[in-house]
Amino acid sequence: MSRDVVLKAENLVKHYPIKAGVLRRTVGYVKALDGVSFELYKGETLGIVGESGCGKSTLGRTLMRLEEPTDGKLFFDGVDVYAQKGAAMRRLRRDIQIVFQDPYTSLNPRKTVGDIVGEPFEIHTDVVPKRGRRQRVQELLELVGLNPEHINRYPHQFSGGQRQRIGIARGLALNPKVIICDEPVSALDVSVQAQVVNLLGELQGSLGLAYIFIAHDLSVVRHISDRVGVMYLGKLVELGDEDQIYSRPTHPYTQALLSAVPLPDPTMRDMREQIVLTGDVPSPANPPPACRFHTRCWKAQEICSIEEPLLVERPDGESAHLSACHFAEPRVIVA
Amino acid sequence: MTVPVGSGGAPGIELLDSRGVWTPVDGLLLEVDQLQVEFRTRDGVAKAINGVSFDLHEGETLAILGESGSGKSVTAQAIMGILDSPPAFITGGEVRYCGQDILKLSDEDRRRVRGPEISMVFQDALSALNPVFPVGWQIAEMFRKHRGMNKSDAQAQAIRLMERVQIPGAAQRVKAYPHQFSGGMRQRIMIAMAIALDPAVLIADEPTTALDVTVQAQIMQLMADLQQERKMGLILITHDLGVVADVADRIAVMYAGRIVEQAGAFELYAQPGHPYTEGLLDSIPRLDQKGETLSAIGGLPPSLTNIPPGCPFNPRCHYAQDICRVDPPPPLREVARRRFAACHFSELLLAHSPELEVTQTTEEVEAHVEFGPEHPMSDLKIPTEAGFEPPERGGA
Repeated sequence: MSRDVVLKAENLVKHYPIKAGVLRRTVGYVKALDGVSFELYKGETLGIVGESGCGKSTLGRTLMRLEEPTDGKLFFDGVDVYAQKGAAMRRLRRDIQIVFQDPYTSLNPRKTVGDIVGEPFEIHTDVVPKRGRRQRVQELLELVGLNPEHINRYPHQFSGGQRQRIGIARGLALNPKVIICDEPVSALDVSVQAQVVNLLGELQGSLGLAYIFIAHDLSVVRHISDRVGVMYLGKLVELGDEDQIYSRPTHPYTQALLSAVPLPDPTMRDMREQIVLTGDVPSPANPPPACRFHTRCWKAQEICSIEEPLLVERPDGESAHLSACHFAEPRVIVA
Repeated sequence: MTVPVGSGGAPGIELLDSRGVWTPVDGLLLEVDQLQVEFRTRDGVAKAINGVSFDLHEGETLAILGESGSGKSVTAQAIMGILDSPPAFITGGEVRYCGQDILKLSDEDRRRVRGPEISMVFQDALSALNPVFPVGWQIAEMFRKHRGMNKSDAQAQAIRLMERVQIPGAAQRVKAYPHQFSGGMRQRIMIAMAIALDPAVLIADEPTTALDVTVQAQIMQLMADLQQERKMGLILITHDLGVVADVADRIAVMYAGRIVEQAGAFELYAQPGHPYTEGLLDSIPRLDQKGETLSAIGGLPPSLTNIPPGCPFNPRCHYAQDICRVDPPPPLREVARRRFAACHFSELLLAHSPELEVTQTTEEVEAHVEFGPEHPMSDLKIPTEAGFEPPERGGA
């Protein structure tokens, strides 16, 4: 597959210091991201799944450079993002935009929809001439399925799904090439969730966008993604095509995660094999050594706590995809 | 637990002079009959529940399925007797527990039901637990208040319960505070508290919504084990169609404060009898399938201050005809054996009849959506003591 790489992350690391005592001395680090590398191709959707605290939102924020990384590099169309400054960085920001999770807190309640969606033009003044802005905002509203006449309404006058559409319109304002969707449908009801998922799909088709789709809902991620990465405690443990991850997962954590998702079909009740993990996810401030999953893994052996398994291609029965387990082998979880 | 007293007596005669006079007749624990609840707000009266009826038997799991604002949590709070009034008022109907209408009980008698007989697990354990008391103390409170135990006995019981809900190191952690536990462990503590007095009915309001899937699997397993062990009747309130498919015996689907369909879990998923249920099932992406476009339900749920005449689902329904747009709304009726639906065309839907016409597509529904203003109920949390504050209205 020779496709254009639009975004390339190399060994991204983000450690947050833990401060304690009256002197607020750093006593340790929360290792939210600990060496994440991947490529995002033009026009594709890369889904990122994982449980809370695995670092998937930190990844989104670091890709946006809302957080400065502790280490690692990010290339957008070959340009080193973290090396850019001032005007060059601002120019670059047009190409990578974000849609946040919570449509209730990510929109300023004191601003009208027109102000919110049009705000990017205040900073990037050369995108649309001042006179054309209102019209452009209305076009954007129409694009995301909102009534353009409602440009003067306030966020609270819209439902959750409509607010998320406003957030998407704002994300589209500067014609980005990449949109990072951080749990864009988690706060929405099922029937409305489907509307927003469909909208994201349509926009991708018509505008040629690439998405990083961060979510904890594995069904939604399967639906929308071309490729999927699974995160656990700040690391990618498995990365592959949607089919490879869902039909032939090789990492035990992915297998456990998939098996825990209840299927909306009562006839499958006792048919599926459920791997119930014991205990909770360990603290990212003090992750287990070597393979971070070994404390909860049923396959763990001595080597798992000594030598870290690398994220390399390992056979999955029909093909090979990236997996970070010494004992990777495919297992059918969902048909 | 429930000490049997002579059965056959007219319900309501036996008075609550001692604990444990509640005996289910033929395993029937709870009957909710034409319950109506409204919220009187500054923006008008929001009709949160409009005649909800269902029953619950021993050992049975009834799932109440619905989206936000459908009234599922309000139903639970009405049964528990924890609705804040004002703004909420129960304007009609009965909630019979073992044959007796508990809505008519005095506050004191109601307290004897709440906990020992009917108990509840809340969604957000962090806000449901008191942050300034140790968890063991909070669990033990059930024994001190209801059973009159002394502190040390109650504490010992609390430890036993924490062990039962599989909290590791229960004896060491009994004095820990809620914030020192993970989300899954806090939910276990909530469950321990709810089952402390061995209730006959357990209401779980979105018990796993705030949890990760792997932890959700653990909690659902625990609840299933406890139910098996104690023959509890379980009312599971959720919006997650996956969780429901996994555990429910029967399902009641709520929309705009009404039950629009009630059926056995297998039957309901095999063939929904109400267009809303059908739309809901079609709109979820499936883990075991990769689809193209999801068939979303167009439009929005109605404002509870302004429910459309006729069937409340008619503006979004693919099959709506003129009869659907006029009052009275279609009643919940038996449309097939042990299946209930509130739709004029249920039989046609169940039979996949070609006579059932699609009168409006999702796109056509979308085109007619009355955009905003949002109805206040969707932002409605459990009302605060200060009273119900509707969201501020801005100029448009």
